[in-house]
Amino acid sequence: MQVIQSDVVIIGGGGAGLRAAIAVAQEAPGLSVALVSKVVPMRSHTVAAEGGSAGVIHPDDSLDKHFDDTVSGGDWLCEQDVVEYFVGQCTREMIQLEQWGCPWSRRDDGSINVRFFGGMKSPRTWFAADKTGFHILHTLFQTSLQFPAIRRHDEFFCTDLLVEDGRLQGVLALCIATGEPVLFQCKAAVLATGGASRVFGQNTNAGIVTGEGMGMAYAQGVPLRDMEFVQWHPTALPGSGILMTEGCRGEGGILLNKDGHRYLQDYGLGPLDPWPRPRAMELGPRDRLSQAFWHEDQAGRTLQTPHGTAVHLDLRHLGEKKIMERLPMICELARTFAAVDPVTAPIPVRPAVHYTMGGVLCDVHGATPLPGLYAAGECSSVGIHGANRLGSNSLAELLVFGRAAGLSAARHARETHAASAALQAQAESRAAVHLDMLRREGGTRVARLRQRLHEIMEAGVGIVREGPRMARACEQLAELREQFRAGVALDDRGRAFNTEWLTAIELGHTLQVAEAMAHAALLRQESRGAHMRIDGFEARDDERFLCHSLIHSQGDAPPRVTHSPVTITRSQPRARVYGGAAQNQS
Amino acid sequence: MSQTRTIMIECLRYDPEQDQAPHYRTYEVPFTDEMSVLEGLQYIKDHLDGSLTFRWSCRMAICGSCGCMVNHQPILSCQSFLRDYYPARIRVEPLEHFPIVKDLVIDQSDFLGKLESVTPYLVPAQPLTPEDGPNLQTPRQIEDYLGYAQCINCLLCYAACPQYGLNNAFTGPAALALLARYNADSRDAGQKTRMEVVNAEEGVWGCTLVGLCSEVCPKHVDPARAINRNKINSTQDYFLRFLAPFGRGS
Repeated sequence: MQVIQSDVVIIGGGGAGLRAAIAVAQEAPGLSVALVSKVVPMRSHTVAAEGGSAGVIHPDDSLDKHFDDTVSGGDWLCEQDVVEYFVGQCTREMIQLEQWGCPWSRRDDGSINVRFFGGMKSPRTWFAADKTGFHILHTLFQTSLQFPAIRRHDEFFCTDLLVEDGRLQGVLALCIATGEPVLFQCKAAVLATGGASRVFGQNTNAGIVTGEGMGMAYAQGVPLRDMEFVQWHPTALPGSGILMTEGCRGEGGILLNKDGHRYLQDYGLGPLDPWPRPRAMELGPRDRLSQAFWHEDQAGRTLQTPHGTAVHLDLRHLGEKKIMERLPMICELARTFAAVDPVTAPIPVRPAVHYTMGGVLCDVHGATPLPGLYAAGECSSVGIHGANRLGSNSLAELLVFGRAAGLSAARHARETHAASAALQAQAESRAAVHLDMLRREGGTRVARLRQRLHEIMEAGVGIVREGPRMARACEQLAELREQFRAGVALDDRGRAFNTEWLTAIELGHTLQVAEAMAHAALLRQESRGAHMRIDGFEARDDERFLCHSLIHSQGDAPPRVTHSPVTITRSQPRARVYGGAAQNQS
Repeated sequence: MSQTRTIMIECLRYDPEQDQAPHYRTYEVPFTDEMSVLEGLQYIKDHLDGSLTFRWSCRMAICGSCGCMVNHQPILSCQSFLRDYYPARIRVEPLEHFPIVKDLVIDQSDFLGKLESVTPYLVPAQPLTPEDGPNLQTPRQIEDYLGYAQCINCLLCYAACPQYGLNNAFTGPAALALLARYNADSRDAGQKTRMEVVNAEEGVWGCTLVGLCSEVCPKHVDPARAINRNKINSTQDYFLRFLAPFGRGS
């Protein structure tokens, strides 16, 4: 087996992985970095982020406001010490990106322009029109090319983390073009593999967002945290799930039910006037908006479309000039994929899964409980999102914690000795398991297993949850995992660029991540943030559940869930209110 | 739900472990009005033949993964729709001018090398740190380069470019557009470094102004204009070298 040695391996070439790689190359010179990604970095899902990234710079804004918005937005399930660090670093990272060439949208005088997003007291969102993630990703990728210490391994699919002597010492990957296993031997690794939204059928995410990074860490005994908190973005195109950015509402877009009524005023987000105003109506947080859709849908006040029910996102009153300047990609997407011109007609939208709030447990330095393993970005649970992530905090997270995790991994690499000799044998035996899949007869097709996964998750662990349905989903997921273990039917038995085989390996991880979500959800007998129950647990229960869920893998058996305390420094939990009620509170 | 019809999709197939040469295989694919060519390919992979191999990811025309030739035109399969080809059959092939790895997957390493060769990052006049605060840049100054910064590296322009097809030493449209993007940025002082690539035989002078690159670009980047602009810079650079002993000032 080919062995590639480096000090730090970074798994994933999206925003967090690239930022981590640059941090090591720039701030820890002398160390070698292997950047291993299943796609060429600029294809990573960061590219699809639209609306923007948070950083306090507006004169009306403050770090305290960013802290408060984040903690209350997360329904007090955030690690407040981590949020404190985060808000203090965001603006630095936005400026760093500016100096690397990111084309942030500007005011006429050339200074940075910021826009409102949901749940914000002040405008805080740095944006590059409505292609913020695209520009951030390309800026990071292109910037990374000036550092010879970063060796890219594009289109290498990581399958396993390798642990010897209780610490991470290597990563097993398959070279996609040839199918040959490669051992990346290292002193430290940063997991930056993104979220797991493809666990669900209706989602805004790219096809690559399948959660295998979480699965790899979980399989090595690292707990996943707060996996029950899955974000439904309220405005995606029915069917395709393509995202219509929150920036639409940040710029003044409104949501209407089938009667043309701005229904959010009926769900604790009104009154309508004065409008626009922060943290009210369409500028409420995503969990509340998606839940309001569910109620409208139940009441029969949504529109019928060929791909399910929808409400209208109306931008027409913004006028063509503003729409084309601030939301050009939204226009193109709506025209191409929904046959609607937002200048002249409202866009039908409905909620779709968008983001995994939970992930691999790690601290403010990105360190996971497994020595040598660090995590950053959506695959991680560093603790800033709590039970509901605020829009604009995830791009900022990639940068702030990508850098932090990179630097921590570099420090660890400097203090660590060479790898143990047993590593290669472990890599060989894991590789044999994967290669064996190519030879097995019978089994179920990947597409059928995936379809079944989507059905189970949509029915059991959706926007609105009930005990018996979640319990059923847990059982069905156990059966599905059993079916997966019984064999996956592959048409393609070759090694070279066998995406069917890789998808099957990926699915093995995805199924475990789904199971972690369902079990954590079942045990949380309260409603908090994005986890909404309608079976007698409609209220938040701080007495029993002001705590994180930690999900521990039990191998082939269903997971074990424990709970751990939340770090509260200066914001005691209070009622989480938006709209008029929020103004009375503050 | 819109009505389901059936279209014939003919795909180039090539398995490096089995095939001496590429061949074609035709699939019968049921489709509805909103289905893209990509979704047609996904249908084949899921239900008819799991060995059909192609790249895709975002399915919203921003990641640049899914470029291929449909009826000899380079397109993004995610934003081209089966309804627009029906009732004719469609032929799907890998992007032209690149070596085939397998089926519709091409080897993009030549392009990545070219992208790396154009100093595709800001070279500031003096080193800055975040503590210095953001540069000022007016919306008008942004307009100078923003168009070129829209490139998603999908490679359709390379598949369309006859010059690249004749001689793949040519730096090519997307990489030269990216070069122009940084040269046109008011925050950049790296023009001098990049002029070497521009002036080389494989640089802007490799282009014969066919303009197909700009026609096929799904993001309206207009590489042809970028190259033309660089030709002017290159000409100036050439003459200025006679006038000023240390070459063109930056």
